[in-house]
Amino acid sequence: MSDAAAAALSISDEVAIQIIGMHKWYGDFHVLKDINLTVNRGERIVICGPSGSGKSTMIRCINRLEEHQRGKIIVDDIELTNDLKNIAEIRREVGMVFQHFNLFPHLTVLENCTLAPIWVRKMPKKEADEIGMQYLERVKIPEQADKYPGQLSGGQQQRVAIARSLCMNPRIMLFDEPTSALDPEMISEVLDVMVGLAESGMTMLCVTHEMGFARKVANRVIFMDGGEIIEENEPEEFFNNPQSARTQLFLSQILQH
Amino acid sequence: MADTTQTYEPGTHPDLPPPMATRGPILWVRKNLLSSPLNIFLTIVSAYLLYLIVPGALNWALLDAVWDAGSRAECREIGSGACWALAEVRFGQFIYGFYPEHLRWRVDLTAVLFILAILPLLWDKTPFRPLMLIYSAAFPIIGYLLLVGGLGLEPVETTKIGGFTLNVVIGVTGIVASLPLGILLALGRRSHMPIVRTLCVMFIEFIRGVPLITLLFVASTMLNYFLPPGTTFDLILRVLIMVTLFSSAYIAEVVRGGLQAIPKGQIEAADAMGLRYWQSMRLVVLPQALKISIPGIVNTFVGLFKDTTLVVIIGLTDVLGVGRASLSDAKWQGLAWEVYVFIAILFFVCCFSMSRYSIYLEHKLHTGHKR
Repeated sequence: MSDAAAAALSISDEVAIQIIGMHKWYGDFHVLKDINLTVNRGERIVICGPSGSGKSTMIRCINRLEEHQRGKIIVDDIELTNDLKNIAEIRREVGMVFQHFNLFPHLTVLENCTLAPIWVRKMPKKEADEIGMQYLERVKIPEQADKYPGQLSGGQQQRVAIARSLCMNPRIMLFDEPTSALDPEMISEVLDVMVGLAESGMTMLCVTHEMGFARKVANRVIFMDGGEIIEENEPEEFFNNPQSARTQLFLSQILQH
Repeated sequence: MADTTQTYEPGTHPDLPPPMATRGPILWVRKNLLSSPLNIFLTIVSAYLLYLIVPGALNWALLDAVWDAGSRAECREIGSGACWALAEVRFGQFIYGFYPEHLRWRVDLTAVLFILAILPLLWDKTPFRPLMLIYSAAFPIIGYLLLVGGLGLEPVETTKIGGFTLNVVIGVTGIVASLPLGILLALGRRSHMPIVRTLCVMFIEFIRGVPLITLLFVASTMLNYFLPPGTTFDLILRVLIMVTLFSSAYIAEVVRGGLQAIPKGQIEAADAMGLRYWQSMRLVVLPQALKISIPGIVNTFVGLFKDTTLVVIIGLTDVLGVGRASLSDAKWQGLAWEVYVFIAILFFVCCFSMSRYSIYLEHKLHTGHKR
């Protein structure tokens, strides 16, 4: 059984991310309410919930794409404050993959991958190119290295986006609905890459509605609604024996088809 | 039914070439000139208008034109067409203004060096490009020394610079200086820092709200009131500053339009990778925003270049000034057509080149699907 294999993967006691009593407002709108979450190194967490429940906002707070107004977020023992140095340090260690890929259309696939290593890590170009090709091979598209993103399919673009994040050698990866903008045929090629990544022991937080993926690789599933974490459990328990009525309704709706 | 007419088994249909009847001159004429009654009518009217205008214009400008004569009266005796003899006799003045004749080679040399300096900027396959770019960066000093003198070169008063040279000097300086300034203003206007943003907005709105001529008058007269007495501040330098400021406000707005077209996700991706503000602007946002802005930027530059003729109002003798002066010459009176057509051609060649270059650049920078 694959989830048994996933569970066998080592999860250390070391804390990778700690969120304590975090609140966020957009103007008067209270988006995130008292979020508490601890992620250990090597953990793979899937976050699901209806749209507008604050799940994307929550993971975007972790690398400060969104600012939180109350509470604490500690990533790799560094607290996220307005200190630009801390933010830069955390962003170097946290990779992110977006729903709409956000590849840079004016750069080739390889240049997309090497941009941050060269300018943020100050890596020599030759070394960055080697690392870029290495990760493009890992996501199985080294032959597209010299093309521009606009010439690739959605699934290929998302795989490039994953390779681009990995080139920074991050310790934590955030996925913000990575397969939601893809045609059904391309979802599995992206999920395969993500499964491979999970098996290599990467700490991952995925906002996704791919329940098959959640069952296969997650060691915890978090359900959010109305800006709160409603339920949090191991995948088997979460899907077979949801506790709250809200979770049951959500699961019955998405598993109906 | 459908089954019986199908030539290939499902899933085995090969890629076929398109039907051949989509090309050929006769088809082109039919499609573009005679596709509907209205189109036929318009084609006939256009052909008739061309018949009326083209032969007459050709006769005037070329076939009946007079290239060699000493005065207008002499011209009229020789031929009925344009009297280009005027442009020939006055050519030096049209191009160099009152620049001393024995030093005109310096203007020519500057022009040649200038072309060498912009080549690596405009064309990324220039041989020895990195070295050439260093030269390009040094060119403003070289050009200044050649035109104005110094370092052993005989000095020339800047008021002597005139004719088309003056238009090119003002135009090129304005273009080169206003692009970076305009980009900074555009970024400033989008800044999260309130003071920077307010200053940029005020500057842009003020400059855009005032006619260029007003600014030139300020440059030529008012500045003397503000500066401490005794300071001499070169008039052409003042004009250069005003033209640059004026055009940078327009560039700022054009670039801001380009910046707004860049999806927020691009900046987020750059942020998430750990790029800093200036890095993400320089490496991610500006290359894309400027590409979108090319038509608008070139439009502003073309406008700026033509607006350089406004300096005639504050007493500088640019090419238009020379033209007007030569019209009041008793020997050549009444040749307004020739003078203005000649000046129009000079400007057209420059502006059209800019516009063609911008199209080339747009094609070169296109990185999506080519259809």
